[in-house]
Formats: sequence, structure tokens, C-alpha cells
Amino acid sequence: MVPIIIFGLSSLVTLGAALAVVTNKNILHSAFYLVLAFVGVASIYVLLEAPFIAVVQVMIYIGAIAILIVFAIMLTRRILSEDLIQRNSQWILSAMGAMGLFLVLGWIVYSVKWPVVQQAVPEDTITILGQELLGTYVVPFEIASVLLLAALVGSIIIGRERE
Amino acid sequence: MADLINLIETWIKTLLLGWGASEGLTEFTLQALGSVLVIIFCFVIVIALIWVERKLAGRIQDRFGPNRAGPYGIFQSFADIIKIFTKEYVTPTGAEKGLFNIAPVLAMASVLAIWAVFPFAMNVVGADVHVGVLYIVAVGAFGILAILMAGWSSNNRYALLGASRSVAMLISYEIPMVVSLLVPVLLAHSMKLSLIVEAQQPWFIFVAPLAALIFLISSMAEIGKAPFDLLEAESELVAGYHTEYSGMKFGMFYVAEFLHQFTVGALITIFFLGGWSGPFAVQWPILGVVYFYAKSFIVYVVISWIRLSLPRIRIDEMLNLNWRFLIPVSFINLVAVAIADRVMMDFELARWIYVLVMFGTNIIILLAALMLAEKSSKAVEREEFSPRPVAVPPGSESK
Repeated sequence: MVPIIIFGLSSLVTLGAALAVVTNKNILHSAFYLVLAFVGVASIYVLLEAPFIAVVQVMIYIGAIAILIVFAIMLTRRILSEDLIQRNSQWILSAMGAMGLFLVLGWIVYSVKWPVVQQAVPEDTITILGQELLGTYVVPFEIASVLLLAALVGSIIIGRERE
Repeated sequence: MADLINLIETWIKTLLLGWGASEGLTEFTLQALGSVLVIIFCFVIVIALIWVERKLAGRIQDRFGPNRAGPYGIFQSFADIIKIFTKEYVTPTGAEKGLFNIAPVLAMASVLAIWAVFPFAMNVVGADVHVGVLYIVAVGAFGILAILMAGWSSNNRYALLGASRSVAMLISYEIPMVVSLLVPVLLAHSMKLSLIVEAQQPWFIFVAPLAALIFLISSMAEIGKAPFDLLEAESELVAGYHTEYSGMKFGMFYVAEFLHQFTVGALITIFFLGGWSGPFAVQWPILGVVYFYAKSFIVYVVISWIRLSLPRIRIDEMLNLNWRFLIPVSFINLVAVAIADRVMMDFELARWIYVLVMFGTNIIILLAALMLAEKSSKAVEREEFSPRPVAVPPGSESK
């Protein structure tokens, strides 16, 4: 009973905050509502007994991405003072596109037969995850890390002052 | 008596179950009670810490410190608390009311949330999650967010400048902090704080002194106090991000800052100073709690001592220290410790040889890094400015 109440509350918070992100006229408020939406998603992960994913969600999405967004908004003060234009002439098209994506995702969620584990979730998932990432899936893991490193180097080169 | 806290816990549990409460409700009540107790203890300790800090600052700066209210001025903090409660809340015009009021609460909460996972003694552990270390890092993000909120919502240029400075600093110093935290994780083979404490035979400060040093420096930057207090440099920014706050709202930022300093002490205790371990801590778990707080307090005093002795650094020095020294050294240290640990695992050496080799590796890396840093710092020379026009009283001009 209690997990269902918590699930309901956190999904309500997530969806409400996500709606506020889109509808809010002040872009900084949108950014802070985005943080709230991330917190809601993290709490759902906790409810699903996936503490590692929950903590990483908070660390990356709030600790890095949200702070980057807020920081960028604060440093460009002009977009705060103007009234934001929230839609242009193509809003019907994009709404239809978004609706289509939603329908496809919903169809996938309902039609796929998700594998269900019978026994309880293992306590120490993080050790298993580490062993799998550096054992079975070591090649994709290394490729992803090399890609990230290349992106990092690229961003430094783009951001560097011309001499 | 030996296991006082669990004794009380069992007593309350049987009492509640005897009253007909369900198993879940009893568990919930006990956990809520535990969290409230930890939080109250945090606040009580902050009251004492503020007095200690001011007394210490007085002694270091060759003055008395608070000495009017009560013997040795021990009631000074209470007088301050009563005063701060009676102060008026001023909200500046053009401030974002909502964000302005949430920011101090969030700043406080982000520090208190770290305490949720601490192992206070062998069998007195908060939420003993398997991702404890990651949790501590993740929760810190809310503190940064609170600073940004406060700085932006105040509608004050100084506050905004202070906030952007502090975020630049906090984000960059998070990297060496997290990387140096990986060293105890690597040595203990776990991210669970209770296991990290139990794995410390001997304390990790002897196995990984360099990681401890980097963690100390970068967490001092995370607290945002001297020598890293350029986010609230009085001569440049009034008070930084909390310029516009008054009354208890300012008080919350202030208390959060002090509590953060003590929390860093507790973190260093857990990761490098053996947490609750000490003589008779296994037989008498209540002693573990005493050791934990005593060690944290000692680290707190050391941090205060450092910050009272060093002058504030400039923003470019701050960034150079981080990006050109701490980050490379912490990464090299992590890789070296990982290789040394793996190699020695195969040889099955005695524990003392292992510790000695680890200590030696750390010291060699530190010395090499310091030598390199000294060499490269000589190349950078101070920029020579042309003499600026200076105002002189009329009549005294000499031509």
C-alpha cells in the first residue's frame, strides 16, 4: 500500500513539474522545475530498488546537467528579461510529432513482454554491475569512454581562445 | 550499558508492538525518531562549534574571543540565536519570493542529508546503502543549486557574482574530491560506508595519505571558507550569495556552513581515520559514537586552524591550483594506488609491507608533483603593470 502511495506522489510531482517546465514563461523557473522532475524520477528509481541508478540520476542530471543549464541561463541575463515566445507557426506539427512519439512509446511499453525476475532483487547490485561492465561488456564500455574523452578534448579545443 | 542505543531501540520496539502497532509502523517510527535525533544532535553540536570556532579564532588572532556571556563566554551562541530570531526578514524588491525562501532551506537540507548514511558505531548505522559514497557526492549537488538559487533570486549583482564564482569553484573542486574518494573505495572494495570503516586496518590515512590530503583541500574549497572564501570576499562582493538575507534565513546559511565544516570532518573520519574504530569500540559500541564525534571534532579544529592561518587566494590561483595541480595529481594517485593494490594482491604480502609500499608510493607521487609544480610556477611571472595615475593633493605636485 505504502509503495503505491509513494509511487503516485512521485509520479504526480514528476509529471506536474515536467508540465511546469514547458508552460512556464520564466526560463529559470523552468530550469528549477526540471530539477524537481529529476528528483521525482530518482525517487521512482529508489522505489524500484535500483539505488545505484537513482543516485546516478541525481548526480548527473541534477549535479551536472541542471546546474549547467541554470548557470548558462544566469550568465546570459538578456533571456531572463524578455518575455519568452512559447510557440511559433509550427507548433501543430511538433505537437503531432510529440504525440506520435508518445503513442509509439506507450505501444512499446504495453506490447513488449517484460522479463520478470521471481526472486528478490540482489542487495549488492553495484558489484555485479561493475563486474559486468568490465567483464562481459568491456568493449562497448571502453568505446563509450573513448567517445566521451574525444568529446571532452573537442570541447576544450572549440572553447580555447585563438592565439 | 555497552550497547545503549540498540537497547533503547529494542525497548521502544517492544513497547510499540505491545501497544498493538503494526510491524511497519514500528519500523517507520523508529527510523523517524533516529533521523530526528541525528538532526537535533547536529544542531546542538553546531551551537558548541560556533563558540569553539570564535574562541579559537580569538586565540589565533591574539585576542580573547567571546568572554562576556557566561564563563569563558560559553553562552555567547545562545545570545546570538535569541537575537537572530528577533530580527526582521527583509525581502529585497524584485526578488523572486519563492526561490528566495527555498534557497536557505535547501542549503541546510543538502548538508543534513549527508548524515543519513553515516555509520556512527559498529551497529548504529543510518541508511547503510551500497552506494553510500555516490550518495554523498550526489546530495552535494543540492547545495550548489541552493547557492545558485540564493544568488539569482536576490536580485543583487553582488549576490549573483558571488553565486557564479562559488559555482565555478564548487564544480571544479568536486572533481579532485570525488577522485580522491575513489581511493578508499578501491582499498575497501566497497562503496558501503560501514564496510569502508571496517576495512581500515590500519587507518587509510596511513595507506593513502595523498588521497586524504587532496580530499581535505578540495573539501575545504567545497565548504567555501578561507583560504577559498572568495565567493564571499567582503572587500569585493559584500557577502556573496547571501548578501540580501537577514534574520533566521541568513542564520540557516550560517549554520549550514558550520555544519558542513563539521560534516567534512566526519567524512574524513569515516574515509581516512577509521570512523568509529578505536580501543574497545567493538565490545562497547557506545564508545564508537564517542570516537566518531571526537575524531570529527579534531578534524574540524584542524580545518579551522588552516583557514584562520591562510590568506584568501585569488580566483585565478584558485582555478590553477585545482586544474593544474589537484586534478592531475589525484588521477595519477588513483591509477598508482590501483596498480599497486592489484600487483600486491597477487604476492599475498604481509599487511605491514603492503601499508609501507602504499605509503611510499603516495609520498613519492606527492614529492614529484610538488617538485614539478615548483618548477613550472617559476616560469609564470607576475605581470608588470605600468604605474597608475594616483590622486595627489593640489599644490604638492612636483614636476
